[in-house]
Amino acid sequence: MRIEIRISGFGGQGVGLAGSILGKAIAIHDGREAVMTQAYGPEARGGASSANIVAADRPIDYPFVQHPDILVALSQEAYTKFRPDARPKALILIDDDLVNPFDEDRPFGIPATRLAEELGQRIVTNMVMLGFFTAVTDVVSRAAMEEAIKSSVKDKFVELNLSAFTIGFEFHRSGYTHE
Amino acid sequence: MSKPRVRAGKFFMHGDHACAEGALAAGCNFFAGYPITPSTEIAEHLAYRLPQVGGTFIQMEDELASVAAIIGASAAGVRSMTATSGPGLSLMMENLGLAVMLETPCVIVDIQRGSPSTGLPTMAGQSDVMQARWGSHGDYEIVAYAPSSPQEIFDLTVLAFNVADRFRTPVILLGDEVIGHMMERVVIPPEGEIPHWERKRPKSPPENKGDYKAFLADDDDLVPPMAHAGEGYHVHFTGLTHDELGYPDMDADTHHRLVTRLGEKIRRNADQFIRAEELYLDDAEIVVISYGCTARSARRAVREAREQGIKAGILRLISIWPFPEKRVEALGEQARAFIVAEMNLGQIRREVERFVSQPVVGVHHAGGAMIPPEPIFEAICSAGSKT
Repeated sequence: MRIEIRISGFGGQGVGLAGSILGKAIAIHDGREAVMTQAYGPEARGGASSANIVAADRPIDYPFVQHPDILVALSQEAYTKFRPDARPKALILIDDDLVNPFDEDRPFGIPATRLAEELGQRIVTNMVMLGFFTAVTDVVSRAAMEEAIKSSVKDKFVELNLSAFTIGFEFHRSGYTHE
Repeated sequence: MSKPRVRAGKFFMHGDHACAEGALAAGCNFFAGYPITPSTEIAEHLAYRLPQVGGTFIQMEDELASVAAIIGASAAGVRSMTATSGPGLSLMMENLGLAVMLETPCVIVDIQRGSPSTGLPTMAGQSDVMQARWGSHGDYEIVAYAPSSPQEIFDLTVLAFNVADRFRTPVILLGDEVIGHMMERVVIPPEGEIPHWERKRPKSPPENKGDYKAFLADDDDLVPPMAHAGEGYHVHFTGLTHDELGYPDMDADTHHRLVTRLGEKIRRNADQFIRAEELYLDDAEIVVISYGCTARSARRAVREAREQGIKAGILRLISIWPFPEKRVEALGEQARAFIVAEMNLGQIRREVERFVSQPVVGVHHAGGAMIPPEPIFEAICSAGSKT
């Protein structure tokens, strides 16, 4: 089993950190395999940026994401740019305050940025989305994600990031249903 | 100071950072370099980490000075390294030859990008393979490794330091942008489990000055024991052809003897540091040879070919130089065809062609994007269908 995941947004939304936390959770705490690659180029700041993770049960040979099975989009530009690359039946997760999906798409939506702002820190939008991702998909365990968050952010920010993760996780569990 | 030198544990780690941590684990205490994409994160990480363990980081004015500085630090007894990419490697070539001639251990990391010239700064390449082998003037042998994963960058950086010290030679780590910039699991063993090969040191104390000859090689391994600057030995370093004391000796016989020994030193000991991974080669009729990031695609292509019943196998070169000629020749006794997959236009393919009589098919790309498994798989199928 090989799952290709792309987490995308605009530069500054923390998609790189989100990707590395997801990869770490899978490869270190869940004991499976994961590889992360990022586009390195002038477009990495401001424009649509992405973190790409391949998850698998066996060692991963080809490390790049070609046609995501799961696409996370935190901005309209990222959604518009990356949706066509994803599989037609890919699982799509969006910030539904910021992204207007194509008519034919049926994404899972969460107002991640607004929920992070309500927590007082827009900077943890990525953690809200990771919580939602963990609840919606069966790629990674909640415990593994929480361990990965703890070892990836500075001690004084662990609590804030875990709170944001929990909000995202429970947003799904609180009864949100797929359209 | 006061932070651990070896960060033992399991990490989801960037390849360039794994290189830096491998250097620290190997005991590297001096880095001099000029940052260049895609190797910059090595310098960045060592600028942060070396001062924590009492080491020294210097950002130099250019790549010529970088190699000069690591040669100097090494002569003083410190494990030393620089890191660069293709354009910087070109500038390092003169002093690489100096390191060979002075028999000064050092590690040069080249995270390859699309070349020639400025090429593709942020995108992968594998086209410095022949420059690593022949880039400096004159006859010499070089040791070069090509990691295929962040874990292997860590392991091979440690090995590179060990080979450099043990055999008094510069060693090149030929990474590529894909491996340097990817994140994957890296397991760093505890400090006591990091392999450590020692430099050979003078057998007599400095007081017996006349007994020590800095360039008098032992007969068995052709490696001269190395005194360090400041220890009290009389040593003289010059890039000129030199005698066993290290003093210039402009003599054809001396020159021939010295240059022959420098090459033979690497060739004679090569079995100790040549590395390769073999998969499905026992009964392979189609042998795929690959290395670095491309070997990951080649491995998948070979697995898929096996699932289709095609007798394919892979020889993954972990060390590229010295080239494993004996192994390739032996595979020539059993294989019907060879395929070389590499992100350049045929640098190792030509090397394979020197040692086998079968057709050698190249799966090449000039660089910029990693070769995916599909074209390698197609080459295997195509070779498999010919009788």
